[in-house]
Amino acid sequence: MTEARVRIRFENVGIDFPTAAGPMRVVDGVSLDVRQGEFVSIIGPSGCGKTTLMNVVGGFVKPSRGQVLLDGKSVESPGPDRGVIFQEYGVFPWLTVRGNIEFGLRLAANRRHAKQRSEIAARYMALMGLADFAEHFPKHLSGGMRQRLALARAYAVQPEFLLMDEPFGALDAQTRTAMQNLLLQVLAAEGKTVLLITHSVDEAIYLSSRIVVVTARPARVRTVIDVPFGYPRDESVHEDPRFAALRAQVRALVMEEYEAQARQARPTQRSVRAVVD
Amino acid sequence: MVNGTFITLKPQANNPFSRAALVAAPWLAILVLWYAVRASGLVNPALVPAPHAVFAKFIELSQDRLAMDVWMSTQRVFVGVSLGVLVAVPVGFAIGWYRGVRSFADPLINFFRALPPIALIPLVIVYFGIGEVAKTVILFYASFFAGVIVMVEGIGQISPIYVRVARTLGANDAEIFSKVILPLTVPHILTAVRVALGVAWATLVASELIAAQQGLGALIQNASSFFQLDIIYVGIICIGFIALAMDLTLRAATRRLVAWQDRIS
Repeated sequence: MTEARVRIRFENVGIDFPTAAGPMRVVDGVSLDVRQGEFVSIIGPSGCGKTTLMNVVGGFVKPSRGQVLLDGKSVESPGPDRGVIFQEYGVFPWLTVRGNIEFGLRLAANRRHAKQRSEIAARYMALMGLADFAEHFPKHLSGGMRQRLALARAYAVQPEFLLMDEPFGALDAQTRTAMQNLLLQVLAAEGKTVLLITHSVDEAIYLSSRIVVVTARPARVRTVIDVPFGYPRDESVHEDPRFAALRAQVRALVMEEYEAQARQARPTQRSVRAVVD
Repeated sequence: MVNGTFITLKPQANNPFSRAALVAAPWLAILVLWYAVRASGLVNPALVPAPHAVFAKFIELSQDRLAMDVWMSTQRVFVGVSLGVLVAVPVGFAIGWYRGVRSFADPLINFFRALPPIALIPLVIVYFGIGEVAKTVILFYASFFAGVIVMVEGIGQISPIYVRVARTLGANDAEIFSKVILPLTVPHILTAVRVALGVAWATLVASELIAAQQGLGALIQNASSFFQLDIIYVGIICIGFIALAMDLTLRAATRRLVAWQDRIS
């Protein structure tokens, strides 16, 4: 079997943020290929720069060094080819559920006429379980429903990539599982090349085909791990013994990075410990 | 409470009759207090006209000049607030949205905002005379600065996430403005109008007190020259009720226009 073509390529990406004490290295020397149809999770300690990494793909942040290529072309700006799902949903409060989903279809970049718009909206409302709330404003929706709405809105403009930044982080455990299952269903129906930023090891294993563990700041690629489960998959993979083994492996790596980050943050404690040791 | 009804934390009157009673109660209380002050003998009754006497005067004046006074005053407020808010919206937007503009415009706005419009009346009379233009200038000034502050604060609170989301969906700059920023601005425009209306009323009466033939301020001023306390009361009560009516209208409009908002004041 020949390997699928590379869609997203990180080429030695480095990002510095200006601070009062001079430039701070947030991301350093990240090189990574994401292939057509892959679901790649980036996992690492919180505040390590993984969101910044996604923002480069999204076109919100320009790298200080290196570049990100989408189908061989350097990313210059945000665009409808990349659907972005943010943790804080970003559903438009002044539009109804239908209005939110149709928003992208009224823009010059992907305009559809009224009939197509309402067909597309109806399809994604049905897929995401929002059909009964078509004319409701987001203020009446629960967190899980808002996140489904954000997903429906992103899907409506038919992006080729889905970039998700801790999309389910603000949801309770049950809603989170339901959203993960829904995402797997939707991806099974309409495949995308997906990049997921998460700090949940279970979520990364359950959803992805590959997991990239990044280091404490500055974010570097520490290890890339292949997930041995195919698609479509369901919750039964949680019982697979390989799941437990993988979880132990990834968790150990992530915990090491959390500890490395804690040492960065509290150099005095570290020296105290060194004395005690 | 009984089955099927939510227990409300705030006591609420549910049937229309008791609601009407709740609304009427404070007004009745004021009336009672008014009569009580007269009856108590603490104040010379000649200095406090009785409510029914004021009401009789109101009826009498309604057939005379009152309608014209009310019309002149409301019309002045309407023109002043419309012009003021019309300019305050784009200016407030520019200051709130662009940090560069904000850094130099903020102190300027705060300097002028601190000047009470009434204090400018003598200057305005020097430059614009005592005609309608002068009153429009003062009301414009008052509503502009009241409106601009509300706009700047409101625009500053708009979350950048909506702009980012719109960009990822393919929106260009013009679409971001017309389809994201504009709808988010509407509630702030309505608040700006409300605040400007309040300030404009207060300023209007002051400016009419000084120089005007017609208007509620002029009515009060003329009456005070002849010590007609009942007319002064009529004028004051009219001002209060017109302001109340405008505010209620605007709130109803707000509820309709921004039904999507979480909270409506």
